[in-house]
Amino acid sequence: MIGIGRRGILAGTTGLLAAPAIAHAQPAGGVKIGLVAVQTGPQAALGTQLRDGFMQGLRHLEGRLGGLTTEVVHIDDELRPEVALTRVRAALERDRVDFVVGVVFSNILAAILRPVTESNTFLISTNAGPSTFAGRGCNPFFFTTSYNNDQVHAVMGQVAQDNGHRRVFLMTPNYQAGRDAMAGFKSRFRGEVVDEIYVPLTQLDFSAELARIAATRPDAIFTFMPGGLGVNLVRQYRQAGLAHIPFLSTFTVDEATLPAQGAAAEGFFSAASWAPNMDNAQNQRFVRDFEAQHNYVPATYAAQAYDGAMLLDSAIRRVGGNLRDKDALRAAIRAADFRSVRGPFRFGANHYPVQDFWLLRVARRPDGRFQTETVRRVFENDVDPWAAECRMR
Amino acid sequence: MREAWLPLAVLLALGLAPLAGFGGAYETTLMARAMILGMAAVALSFLVGGAGLVSLGHAASIGVGAYAVAILDAHGVTEAALVLPAAVGAATLFALATGAIAVRTTGVHFIMITLAFGQMAFFTASSLAAYGGDDGYTLFSRTEAFGTRLLEDRLAFHYICLGALALSWALSAMLLASRFGRVLRAVRENPQRVEAVGLAPYPFRLVAYGIAGGIGGLAGFLLANATEFVSPATLSWQRSGELLFMVILGGVGRLWGAILGALVFVMLETWLAEQMQHWKLVFGPMLVLAVLFLRGGLAGLVTPRHG
Amino acid sequence: MTTQLLLVQALNGLQLGILLFLVAAGLTLVFGVMDFINLAHGVQYMLGAYLGAAFAAATGSFWLGLLLALPAALTVGLVLELLVFRHLYARDHLSQVLATFGVILFLNEAVKVVWGAAPLQVAIPPQLEGGIEIMPGLQYPLYRVAVLVAGVATALGLWWLVERTRAGMLVRAGATNAPMVSALGVDITRLFTLVFAFGAMLAGFAGVLAGPIFSVEPGMGDNVLILAFVVIVIGGIGSIRGAFVAALLVGLVDTLGKSLMPDLMRLFLDASAARQAGAALASMLVYVAMAAILAFRPAGLFPVRAG
Repeated sequence: MIGIGRRGILAGTTGLLAAPAIAHAQPAGGVKIGLVAVQTGPQAALGTQLRDGFMQGLRHLEGRLGGLTTEVVHIDDELRPEVALTRVRAALERDRVDFVVGVVFSNILAAILRPVTESNTFLISTNAGPSTFAGRGCNPFFFTTSYNNDQVHAVMGQVAQDNGHRRVFLMTPNYQAGRDAMAGFKSRFRGEVVDEIYVPLTQLDFSAELARIAATRPDAIFTFMPGGLGVNLVRQYRQAGLAHIPFLSTFTVDEATLPAQGAAAEGFFSAASWAPNMDNAQNQRFVRDFEAQHNYVPATYAAQAYDGAMLLDSAIRRVGGNLRDKDALRAAIRAADFRSVRGPFRFGANHYPVQDFWLLRVARRPDGRFQTETVRRVFENDVDPWAAECRMR
Repeated sequence: MREAWLPLAVLLALGLAPLAGFGGAYETTLMARAMILGMAAVALSFLVGGAGLVSLGHAASIGVGAYAVAILDAHGVTEAALVLPAAVGAATLFALATGAIAVRTTGVHFIMITLAFGQMAFFTASSLAAYGGDDGYTLFSRTEAFGTRLLEDRLAFHYICLGALALSWALSAMLLASRFGRVLRAVRENPQRVEAVGLAPYPFRLVAYGIAGGIGGLAGFLLANATEFVSPATLSWQRSGELLFMVILGGVGRLWGAILGALVFVMLETWLAEQMQHWKLVFGPMLVLAVLFLRGGLAGLVTPRHG
Repeated sequence: MTTQLLLVQALNGLQLGILLFLVAAGLTLVFGVMDFINLAHGVQYMLGAYLGAAFAAATGSFWLGLLLALPAALTVGLVLELLVFRHLYARDHLSQVLATFGVILFLNEAVKVVWGAAPLQVAIPPQLEGGIEIMPGLQYPLYRVAVLVAGVATALGLWWLVERTRAGMLVRAGATNAPMVSALGVDITRLFTLVFAFGAMLAGFAGVLAGPIFSVEPGMGDNVLILAFVVIVIGGIGSIRGAFVAALLVGLVDTLGKSLMPDLMRLFLDASAARQAGAALASMLVYVAMAAILAFRPAGLFPVRAG
């Protein structure tokens, strides 16, 4: 009848059923990290930054966190919550990771937070910082080395207010972080919001929105368009001849998108708690070695992930490598006894950082590459607006 | 039913697996997924093989069932006595409502209409901002069975899924073997002749479509509990396509082929993904080869070839 | 909603429609003439985009990239036809569906292996940069106008080929009644291969054109495929004219719907919810339109099949 015998099929099927039982052996006295980053699709560059930043930290620590040999399980979340969930659960159940680190986007974080924390595993976000988990939703197993999204956007609101802009046009993608962006900006800006537009996360063509901007002629525009969205927007903005309208943004013109945006982004504004040109020793070492290794300029995604590695190193060292006592580990993480590339670093009561925020501007470096550079400090030791609602002890 | 020894053996193996050392979280998650999809695939096989209705929107019934669980969860209703009938009922109603229009068409047009309704359900789910929209919804807890947290017990949940799979298969098989099933098959082969005999094909096809929807709703209920997360992706046309592929792979001629198809699909997918990053490079050609050489699908391997 | 905005969106809709037409033309011919459901047509589009991007990067010129990508896409199409599709013409639709799905999986992954998972950037050729002023104060990208022109030119060329040449006549005859054509002594295998190759090249051409506008990434063909199927069902299977009209219709409905719906929803909901609900309803519009058209003209707008 057919070449493949019945027995062969049955044997194969049994083999397939047996395969999942092979559990991965834990390295003796080691630590396993599940590193979640988007590696597929238009935002893959951001995930690559995150991954490279963390691995750079590991490299500076000679492959050990707190003295323990470290194995990293790379998880591509594909920017799809259901995929992230499946893969993170497999990492928890099959690979038995000790920490889950990473996550660029807030919606992915939201999907995996409960499964991770309910399995008593620490989740360290090195980028996503939605308001959902900063206030009432704060979680003893969740920390973030980045910021609360609202804060960064509030910086721009403050800047718009300080610069005297009266009429501002707002545009962000339609998901939690996008909504947070609008809210954050409006929390400091007292002028008139001429229009507010939400675009789909997968939008590639802004001609309709740009036509609208041209028609309303605002004093400035504020936008939050991470990764690929930002690349397309900035290029099309410049091409549409709108560059005379001040471009206030967050995460839209950063080192992840500048290589593609190039001169189109020159002079545009951004806000962050870190920039590559900060002159403390840790940062200089990080930027120099990162560029030597990867041949591109690091962005906040990489810097914060690097800090994540340093944070875990300090915490694991503090508990002497004992990962089983979760309460002690939590206290050790809270202590945040490490030097961040931002300078001094500390957590607030809700496990979100308390830090300074800066106004940044895109500039061309002498070597021809583009980066954001600090213009002035806007907030000092800023606590996010949700911290008071957190009921965690 | 003698030919059914293979799927029966498989069901038995699934039943014994947790006792034979495959009771860990990861293994049971995998088997649960295979069984739930198997259930949905059996219902689809009933439609495709039995009634000749090739639906490219079957994932919508699963999705409706899953979202019923999610929506009730958001409003604090977690009692199985309420949630389960709601899920199955909603899915059946959805199937009957959309089927009322779809079942009037045949062939490619039926495929496209079911796709259209599936897409409409998908976009509706994406627009439900209150229940997560595109980002999906995480359940606060699994459905409670009469006040107990039975479904959260790994082993109990495993056997519930197995039972549901067996039930779905049995139900579909009984229906096919009955007079209802005979008329259905006659309609698939020659609608005019059935009309000549004095029976209207329409109600038979509609009822079949509704039943398949109901089973899909049950699968959706279990799926929501298995992953504790519901998102519009559950209703996407890609998922409908995958279900169809499981049915075709398993062999359209036999109802239980779908169970084999679902199992092989899920296991192969998972096992290959663990072996190599670019497993689809192997999986794709395997499907092509299966089509080219396994006429009659996987079921065709163990049943005698019909001319 | 100003007239300016409306005009921009209408042009965008026509441009999407033209690209859809280029993809749908090959699909409808293959389905009409060869009765072959080719799900892998979407990856032909994707391959065209990738080959165009790769050759453009290698030669530094978009035009050279286009020139080299077309025969390359054609070759890939022919290789696929020889290796896989040729063996499926005699099989039932379901087998064709499964096998071509396997091809999709393989090629989507292969593209990831060769070019990586991150999207490729394709620069607009310098000659087509900038915009033209279609209304005072409103710039429309020159490149998009060029795509429109190229698409319409191709459509005209295709019309001439199909209506005015002998080969075209054979194709039309084959779409109406393939066995008869074969019985009349025409080499049907050669005809099939010609139709297939040509369709593949058209889809590849659409891919190259789409490169600078849309994201060149793995899986970019999947959603285009679904829309293309909707187009050919609305237009009538086997009809080029139908595909043209239907494609423009689908492009306009989809684009205008997506820009008008959220504004419509803003009358009832807040900005974020309006956007979500609006986008959902807009995406559904295409399918609602399809269902409506099928309700009145089940064989599509320009049916081809005799009887």
